[in-house]
Amino acid sequence: MDAFTQHIGTAAPLRRSNVDTDQIIPAEYLKRVTRTGFEDGLFAAWRNDPAFVLNQPEYGGVSVLVAGPDFGTGSSREHAVWALLDYGFRVVVCSRFGDIFRGNSGKAGLLAALVTQDVVEQLWATVEKDPGTKVTVDLEAKTISAGELSAPFEIDDYTRYRLLNGLDDVGITLSHEADIAAYEATRPAFKPATLPAKA
Amino acid sequence: MGRTLSEKVWDAHVVRHADGEPDLLYIDLHLVHEVTSPQAFDGLRLAGRQVRRPDLTIATEDHNVPTLDVDKPIADLVSRTQVDTLRKNAKEFGVRIHTLGDPDQGVVHVIGPQLGLTQPGMTVVCGDSHTSTHGAFGAIAFGIGTSEVEHVLATQTLMQARPKTMAVTVDGVLPDGVSAKDLVLALIAQVGTGGGQGYIVEYRGEAIRALSMEARMTICNMSIEWGAKAGMIAPDETTFNYLQDKPHAPQGVDWEAAVEYWKSLATDEDATFDREVVLRAEDIAPFVTWGTNPGQGVPLSANVPSPDDFDNENDKVAAERALEYMGLTAGTPLREVKVDTVFLGSCTNGRIEDLRAAAGVLAGRKVAEGTRMLVVPGSGRVRLQAESEGLDKIFKDAGAEWRGAGCSMCLGMNPDTLAPGERSASTSNRNFEGRQGKGGRTHLVSPLVAAATAVTGTLAAPADLQPIDVAVPENV
Repeated sequence: MDAFTQHIGTAAPLRRSNVDTDQIIPAEYLKRVTRTGFEDGLFAAWRNDPAFVLNQPEYGGVSVLVAGPDFGTGSSREHAVWALLDYGFRVVVCSRFGDIFRGNSGKAGLLAALVTQDVVEQLWATVEKDPGTKVTVDLEAKTISAGELSAPFEIDDYTRYRLLNGLDDVGITLSHEADIAAYEATRPAFKPATLPAKA
Repeated sequence: MGRTLSEKVWDAHVVRHADGEPDLLYIDLHLVHEVTSPQAFDGLRLAGRQVRRPDLTIATEDHNVPTLDVDKPIADLVSRTQVDTLRKNAKEFGVRIHTLGDPDQGVVHVIGPQLGLTQPGMTVVCGDSHTSTHGAFGAIAFGIGTSEVEHVLATQTLMQARPKTMAVTVDGVLPDGVSAKDLVLALIAQVGTGGGQGYIVEYRGEAIRALSMEARMTICNMSIEWGAKAGMIAPDETTFNYLQDKPHAPQGVDWEAAVEYWKSLATDEDATFDREVVLRAEDIAPFVTWGTNPGQGVPLSANVPSPDDFDNENDKVAAERALEYMGLTAGTPLREVKVDTVFLGSCTNGRIEDLRAAAGVLAGRKVAEGTRMLVVPGSGRVRLQAESEGLDKIFKDAGAEWRGAGCSMCLGMNPDTLAPGERSASTSNRNFEGRQGKGGRTHLVSPLVAAATAVTGTLAAPADLQPIDVAVPENV
């Protein structure tokens, strides 16, 4: 994973709440067995609508998505994060994320920046007034700024540390292999195993 | 100070704790299916890693599989490739797999419990948000993304920040004709789709204790629909009786040791929760959703709400959008809403008790003209059990379609989908836009309401039907 320190880009306002992961990428797009190529599925149903924000020429080339509350609820599909990344997004700003989506974002290198709804409203107003406004997201300082606005965002310390350093989780955990083996030695005998199979 | 059920199970699985870092948590059971695993197995291959504990891992195919012609190759080539990829990965990495045609193939959350692999006090994960189902046994069970699937395959652990605790207490006795599904839909309508965010929820109280294991699974299954990290119910005699004869239940002295441990998991009397919600079972009635998220629900006896009924601006806008998408007019009695398709199945309501409940309503009755009903058992074994009880005959005589096991129309990844504008009454868990097919409109209901709706062709409860004089088979 590439390290993430600061991102500067333009932003799209998504004035909808409860954007579940089925809306971010419908199930029919989840059949691929590869890790890339999911951009076609992003907001697939809404992109047929000429009025949808990402179909507006002034929001071409955006890399920051500013969404209404409860973004990324529902299904655990990490494909939702991959679709956003494949489309070109690097940051999603929201006042409340679905838990699994937020976790998946941190793993895949998409920054899920948690702000107050007031900051969301100000960002919406700013980028709707001038879609060319550069939005700066600074992960070191945990701030987001656009035009006159400068506001803090929240992210848990550990995810921030991993993103800043571009660290691979599995590698970190395997450095604690001795702890895992020690734990395994204490597991009770009555715990079930899938092998051998019993009918 | 005492500890809650979830705190006890969490503490028992901490491999490593360091201040300022998430806990490294051991995973007792990892369930795998075809949609969220291919990229994870690829990751292992790229790094030259093995599955650390194939003996704590089990795979089945459910999301993509057809429910007709299951003995033939899967017609959709992309689906077939994904299913074949899982079969190849299972073989290469030594993971047990149950494929189409096997009695233990089916919805992954039906398989764990029916094999007795889901037990109290465990940690259970799967690349699927409805993993919360397994919390019904007093396990900490939650859905994960594909990166985490790879992490568990490689290390049998996960890094997890400790969630807060919440109690949902349901006092009293549920009225006749009111089921676990109605209870959980009513709860979500009250607390909202984000109400559980950051919490492991323990469902407790008299009405919860009175539920069967399968009904408890329905409740815990929907925990994710109000944003909870996980939902749990303390194990008790109902749990032990359910598990006793399952293939992977502990035997002999192991059974004694296990039950003793399981009994120790209940929340201590002096433990406290970070948040508490109390519901009265007597207040709950058959429930149905009218909108496009599971929190947009009302009693079946109510009318379609108006955006003006909501104070919060976001809720108002969401209601406007939902009514437009659903093709509904505010003020219409829900009982007058005409339904094209009834779907009985899914990890929420695709178990044998759900099929029995619906068959009890359909016995001697017919599915309304112009309405189709799909009955999709949760697993091959549920299907066989239903057939041994004659339930398949009741469904077929009523004019419903009796299908093979899988996720099917819950998310429409296989050919079972709604057409644009088509309306369903569905026993599944999500009424999101397009969930059951592009442009499809979903009303979430219980198996009893689903069956009654099939008979009338409009949203209905069994109490709305004309009584009939018919010999109903035992069990139903």
